[in-house]
Amino acid sequence: MSQSAGSLRILAGLLEARTGQQLATSRVWRIETSLRPLVRERGFASIDQLASEVLTGRQPDLVDRVIDALLNNETFFFRDHGVFQLVDSQALEMLRAARQAKQRLRIWCAGCSTGQEAYSLAMMIADDAARWAGWTVDIVATDISGGAIARAQAGIYSQFEIQRGLPIRMMVNWFDQDGETWAAKRDLKRKVQFRRHNVLDHPPVPGRFDLILCRNVLLYFPAPVRTRAFDRLHSAIEPDGVLMLGAGETVLGQTDKFISERELRGLYRPGGVARARAGKAA
Amino acid sequence: MSKKCLVVDDSKVIRKVARHILETMNFTVDEAVDGRDALAQCLHMPPDVILLDWNMPVMSGMEFLRALRESDLPVRPKVVFCTTENGLGHIRAAIEAGADEYVMKPFDRETLESKLQIVGMA
Repeated sequence: MSQSAGSLRILAGLLEARTGQQLATSRVWRIETSLRPLVRERGFASIDQLASEVLTGRQPDLVDRVIDALLNNETFFFRDHGVFQLVDSQALEMLRAARQAKQRLRIWCAGCSTGQEAYSLAMMIADDAARWAGWTVDIVATDISGGAIARAQAGIYSQFEIQRGLPIRMMVNWFDQDGETWAAKRDLKRKVQFRRHNVLDHPPVPGRFDLILCRNVLLYFPAPVRTRAFDRLHSAIEPDGVLMLGAGETVLGQTDKFISERELRGLYRPGGVARARAGKAA
Repeated sequence: MSKKCLVVDDSKVIRKVARHILETMNFTVDEAVDGRDALAQCLHMPPDVILLDWNMPVMSGMEFLRALRESDLPVRPKVVFCTTENGLGHIRAAIEAGADEYVMKPFDRETLESKLQIVGMA
């Protein structure tokens, strides 16, 4: 399929302008693979023709479709199983103690892709009904991709997607089989509010969260944009809240707004509060 | 010490693929060609985890699982069904008979790895 360096630059630039995400030189090859189905669907002869059409602005939805195709929506249920166990046993337990008076928790999954992570949290909490009896748990899940959010809201997963990371008992309890696909039950879908949103914008309503998951999102940002994203996450987290990043991600050398704590490996707290607590303990 | 996995499948190809994935995850792998073969191996030296096909000659996966759970083995190996029987009815029956997890074929490394994590084996 024909693709000039100029076209690739246009499309990579479009992605960065709209989302802040940068395609590393080593990953530019993904453009052709990712856009091939869209090129076929719209009847273009080449990637070059698609890039030209994007520039003319004649097809209003084309830019969104290109962005959706270029974003990496890889995700699965309970990704990094051990970290989810840590969230359950330590982060949520700590927040449960701290929010005992109000019995309300607000969770934000930033960059939720097609919804598996947000649904994982919702099922994990719902399956521990005695522990969370009387609590209100709001889960807001956002992604910049309209296509991913639409899929998340539909809650329909292929056989391949449904069994990646999801314990079989949870699958049976929370999903209905429909031929080759599995659909989230209404009770599960009601537990998560999905919205289209860019993590670089002002945080979504209600604006402050006790637990934020932003996993495998920031690694696609160039360093200055990543710093801005950390600033946004910091503005959205309660002073004693917890941030969960992806397995290969860290705050070290990226921001001073969050710090790691020894007892919460892989999880991060807003810097000021953790420092104050450490000072008090000393 | 590496954990031991018994792969029970009448398909040589599936056993080979599963062995390859499991060995890269540092499992020691044994193979059985049907339920009866698997049961004999388990009674002799039970593995930590069993990857179990459903449809096999001589003794099916389900017959094996029931016999395993009724046996007086001092340990309880984890059992992960790995089958083309992908209907809800089969899945429910497997759970009821004592399966710990269920993989619907076809599967890939990430799926198998995630299921082994769920049962505490990876």
